[in-house]
Amino acid sequence: MQLTVWTYEGPPHVGAMRVATGMEGLHYVLHAPQGDTYADLLFTMIERRNKRPPVTYTTFAARDLGRDTAELFMTAARDAYARFQPQAMIVGASCTGSLIQDDPGGLAKSLGFPIPVIAIDLPAYQRKENWGAAETFYQLVRALAGPNAPPPGTKRPERAAGVRPSCNLLGPTALGFRHRDDITEITGLLGKLGIDVNVVAPMGSTPADIARLGDADFNVVMYPEIAGQAASWLHRIFHQPFTKTVPIGVSATRDFIREVAELAGVDPAAVLQDASSRLPWYSHSVDSTYLTNKRVFIFGDATHAIAAARIASEELGFKVVGLGSYSREFGRELREAAKRYDVEPLITDDYLEVEAKVAELHPELVLGTQMERHIAKRLGVPCAVISAPVHVQDFPARYAPQMGFEGANVIFDTWVHPLMMGLEEHLLTMFKDDFEFKDGAMPSHLGTGHAAPVAEAVAEPAASVATPAAPDVASATGAAAAAAAAAVWAPEAEKELQKIPFFVRGKARRNTERFANENGVATITVETLYDAKAHFAR
Amino acid sequence: MTVHVQPRAAPVEDPVSREVRTESGQREVFCGLTGIVWLHRKIQDAFFLVVGSRTCAHLIQSAAGVMIFAEPRFGTAIMEEKDLAGLTDANDELDRIVTQLLTRRPDIKLLFLVGSCPSEVIKLDLSRAALRLSQRFSPGVRILNYSGSGIETTFTQGEDACLASLAPELPAAQDETSSLLVVGSLADVVEDQFMRMFDALGIGPVQFFPPRRSTALPSVGPNTKILMAQPFLPDTVRALQERGAKRLAAPFPLGVEGTTGWLRAAADAFGIDAAQFDKVTEPNRARAERALSVYKTQLADRRIFFFPDSQLEIPLARFLARELSMKLVEVGTPYLHREHLAEELKLLPAGVALTEGQDVDLQLDRCRLARPDIAVCGLGLANPLEAEGITTKWSIELVFTPIQGYEQAADLAELFARPLVRRAKLVA
Repeated sequence: MQLTVWTYEGPPHVGAMRVATGMEGLHYVLHAPQGDTYADLLFTMIERRNKRPPVTYTTFAARDLGRDTAELFMTAARDAYARFQPQAMIVGASCTGSLIQDDPGGLAKSLGFPIPVIAIDLPAYQRKENWGAAETFYQLVRALAGPNAPPPGTKRPERAAGVRPSCNLLGPTALGFRHRDDITEITGLLGKLGIDVNVVAPMGSTPADIARLGDADFNVVMYPEIAGQAASWLHRIFHQPFTKTVPIGVSATRDFIREVAELAGVDPAAVLQDASSRLPWYSHSVDSTYLTNKRVFIFGDATHAIAAARIASEELGFKVVGLGSYSREFGRELREAAKRYDVEPLITDDYLEVEAKVAELHPELVLGTQMERHIAKRLGVPCAVISAPVHVQDFPARYAPQMGFEGANVIFDTWVHPLMMGLEEHLLTMFKDDFEFKDGAMPSHLGTGHAAPVAEAVAEPAASVATPAAPDVASATGAAAAAAAAAVWAPEAEKELQKIPFFVRGKARRNTERFANENGVATITVETLYDAKAHFAR
Repeated sequence: MTVHVQPRAAPVEDPVSREVRTESGQREVFCGLTGIVWLHRKIQDAFFLVVGSRTCAHLIQSAAGVMIFAEPRFGTAIMEEKDLAGLTDANDELDRIVTQLLTRRPDIKLLFLVGSCPSEVIKLDLSRAALRLSQRFSPGVRILNYSGSGIETTFTQGEDACLASLAPELPAAQDETSSLLVVGSLADVVEDQFMRMFDALGIGPVQFFPPRRSTALPSVGPNTKILMAQPFLPDTVRALQERGAKRLAAPFPLGVEGTTGWLRAAADAFGIDAAQFDKVTEPNRARAERALSVYKTQLADRRIFFFPDSQLEIPLARFLARELSMKLVEVGTPYLHREHLAEELKLLPAGVALTEGQDVDLQLDRCRLARPDIAVCGLGLANPLEAEGITTKWSIELVFTPIQGYEQAADLAELFARPLVRRAKLVA
């Protein structure tokens, strides 16, 4: 058993629902108890979909367990087929459904529907949401595109002269982090290169579309967590190569353009020359100087976290002090990325561990999921969201992709706005003695909610012990607080500390205490303060 | 405007034999685990540990997260493959998790082990686990168990299961004098209002169950009179009746009429004379009626359709029909307890289409055909119905918002008026 207060991923059948809900003409019959229908609200409330997910639940109850739950499943499947008339059906069980061992696949086959019925077996007690989505997509591709596979040993026919190259976009699903807008962005980018999109799947496709995936020259793997498995199968069976670069960030987008141009046999020069992202210039502008070496902590799904680290480091000039992911399946990729930034990778799905890490590293910016947003808020650190799990905020009304050149623009704004602006930071230093400034005054755009405790909260995690709303933080950071409290501040050192601008004072206090601790200094004097400053300035 | 305080003398149908359509099919209702979301706010030193699957963890996170997203006093012990292999393992694992949890959260005085669908299906005996762990952690922590599983409970039944598990823990009442026990979670502000009302009427002592702190459990005995604040608590009431307590038949305190009937049931049981009752309640009644009149103009003759969700549907329908002149198209409820709702059923207009249980696709068909002005439904159905042009009200809001009593009668009406006002305002 694992104690969980908050989880990054849902169960695997929710992954299957994300695939089914993104598609048209597919219906999912799920052997599940009442209560599992909560998953509908993820789509209708969080993503604000205007239709119910195409899922029929058997909603069996305790009284049914003594009777024939298999019959219940067959009735539900029969009714769902009659009502929704899907092109194809997937069947499976949720965690409880799998315990009663009714074999939805076998039962559904026995009903003899004149459409493909695909059994999706998702081990609910071992796997999670993204794995479930990947497996579902893979099984759909195998079952629906498989019959159109060329005989083994045959080569792909050459593309006829004058025919534009084409590709499939693989991986976007319902409830995906900005998938909707990424599709538009990448389709546009490929269009500029003269490449057609054959099928976008699973989101936006029908079972009939999945059946013709093999028509494209190659595949674009937008989200490896979901499309990786299907893409390698298509490679094996249809000899379709697939892309390795995920086009998030300016450099990655450029790499992606070169990669697809190579696969499609087109010239990328014109598109590469058309520098259509503002990120590079904004990043070079004088106002951005203050971004230099801002210490950033990154956590999310593997794809977004790895991409974020590259952008943060190479395109915004931040210093990556932490990099982590809950995508255990992508541990190898994450470890490789972490090596590039010389940090210890954090691969965990325990948010308390992430919280403890953020508290320990005291970064200046957190790039994470909705959970890291809460962690950062409690610790008084600015934060931007870069990855699922999603929140209603992650489905903005405006066009806001993460991929491609426009995605890079969106990322620049989203990550930089939570920080103080360059000129603002300078002015605050210049006017720090102005009578209108008080301790803890924060930039106005952060609102009143960020007042007094912000600067000090980072320095004094012990303060959160008194906050009833955050007892978990207290215990997570309690050890650090106890250690930090070991050294005592001499009055004159305390006075000197007050002369340091308030927005860096918390960090100065923390650094000094850490320095004192590590060097066995019992009383912090003015000398210790400046020793520590010199030490950490190295 | 006149609100009839006395029950009308014309109950057309015998409430017990009132015709009810019973449906069984796909149900679009939360399971009892969701009760944790408000119970953990109510009993402030309690922690709710669901023993379940990743789905359970995802459910309470999603159900709560959409609305509050606070640092929760609930969590899930997620069962893994190895826990399913042998039950001894699962028990050891549970002990380890509980120890880990209580070490981390020394402020917890009451721990509920909450059963889920998978723990029920594999027959993990949580009552024995609770007993075993209680021995280890008493007297500092009391450990109880109940089931909030979707195969046993829907939505608000989770509160019933929770309170029923707590009922045997209540101390025995020592007193020979009568006392009143209000059963069912109410917002603190509503509790305080009712307390003032009972004081003014001269009814007392009055206790509330669940209490705000688990260290202050109310007492119960043969002289305890129960007033149900929520309609979804049959098991709790039965457990209290087994301790000798007597249930007072009353409507539920929704709207002016319901609140008056509810208070009157207590007043009658405590021998408060009618003049005193009127003197105390009249100003509140008048004020509430004044506040309601605004909404009556907005809601009168509007047609409303209830999908089953919280079991509050029948008292709500009664309030909307009688005090705001709304037309009831269909009133669905997940369960109908005919005895506890007898006073409500008497007041419900004749010929109302009542449905117990659900087959969601069929019910949606009926709703589309009827084109009500407003439909009350769960979160999963709301946006799809809105997209079809049917104005909705999230039923879960009616569980989380203080709606009981005189002072909240207009707030309750406003919850139904707002979606209609909004639709009328929007041009684009």
